[in-house]
Amino acid sequence: MKLPAFEYACPTTLAEAVTLLAAHDGEAKAIAGGQSLVPMLAFRIASPSLLVDLRKLPGLDAIRIDDSGVRLGAMVRWRDILDDARLVRAHPLLVAAVRHVAHYQIRNRGTVGGSIAHADPAAEMPGIVVACDAEIAVTGKAGARVIPANEFFVGALTTTLAPDEIITEIRLPAWPAGRRFGFEEFALRRGDFAIAAAAVFYDQDSAGGAANAHVGVIGVGDRPARLAPVEAVLNGARVDADVIARAAAATSAAVEPPEDIHASAAYRRSLVGTMVERALLAAAA
Amino acid sequence: MATTFEVNGRTVEVEVEPRMTLADCLREVLRLTGTHLGCEHGVCGACTVLVDGEAVRSCLILAVQAEGRSVTTIEGLSSDDELTPLQQSFRKHHALQCGFCTPGMITTAHALLSEEPDCDADRVREVLSGNICRCTGYISIVEAVLDARSAYRKGDGKTEGKPG
Repeated sequence: MKLPAFEYACPTTLAEAVTLLAAHDGEAKAIAGGQSLVPMLAFRIASPSLLVDLRKLPGLDAIRIDDSGVRLGAMVRWRDILDDARLVRAHPLLVAAVRHVAHYQIRNRGTVGGSIAHADPAAEMPGIVVACDAEIAVTGKAGARVIPANEFFVGALTTTLAPDEIITEIRLPAWPAGRRFGFEEFALRRGDFAIAAAAVFYDQDSAGGAANAHVGVIGVGDRPARLAPVEAVLNGARVDADVIARAAAATSAAVEPPEDIHASAAYRRSLVGTMVERALLAAAA
Repeated sequence: MATTFEVNGRTVEVEVEPRMTLADCLREVLRLTGTHLGCEHGVCGACTVLVDGEAVRSCLILAVQAEGRSVTTIEGLSSDDELTPLQQSFRKHHALQCGFCTPGMITTAHALLSEEPDCDADRVREVLSGNICRCTGYISIVEAVLDARSAYRKGDGKTEGKPG
């Protein structure tokens, strides 16, 4: 369908963009790459009175890597992540997940900030920020604030972002060398949204057991989630076949997946267990 | 609103509503109807064009967002009477049936081969997974793209003397 009518603004400063959003009292939307928002407009699910284009805002497209971790400017595109050779070491889980994000053409436009703001429960980036305890830096009328990822997503397509707030940066904590990880996703075609996916990582304690285990799941709830019961199975244990099987079973027991035309709830429940199993096998290999 | 950008090497200034997609602007304002519109919500890939050399879905970018960018459509890849090596390969391998998806297949494959002339069949399939052919002639499309790689290793795969 053709897009509904809207006004368009293309500010050159963050302050100007925030002012425009604030002045429209929830009727304005920020547009970054537009790869989620434009389909929403085409379906008339969204019909804002004003689109505030972020493309001219300076400094939002940088990838910064230092001792504190990886900071992705909100306008960093999927393509920029895959093209940045440093990230393979600085955050291999991020790179593994982004390889599953959307199709070739979408990756040339879609942004990390846009994906987080859109908050599709089956999207990879929201899952990664939750699995990795990332922080989302935002700026609005009231100033700047930093939101922990696990507080950011409220439900499907719903976040804590105020109507006048713009995501500026995603901060992923530093990734130590030697960390074990795996990312597994099942989709009908490569690049489609996940029917279920899992992002896992753990460090190793002095006895060779898993420590600091993080198990994130995607596509099996109204928002991405970490699964504490599964992490409890892993922490302190040697990640062998028996532990992996118990983790997979704990995963299936811990989720309440939705049902849609692509998969029943029971199928998703089983599938996400398999995804965690495969991700742990990859991590332990 | 007035927007200026480049299309197939030519600077154009268009007067468009903000809600007009680049795809509609190309087809309806600039009368470049080689860009096809299938789904109009970013799923089928038929409307793929190059923006600053990168493949994008022209139904998911507003015309006003193309301001200052360089857009290449299927019309910009070849001259009127000469096919590019990639287009010749599509003909050789019977890589089109009804032809509706073909402009998107060609622009996408052109972007891929321009950057990765040594890509393998798996990579071609992955990239073309964003382009739907409802005649389902995928095998011959992949073969055509693979066969065109040699032209991109030598040059840029375009017909000579044509901007884009």
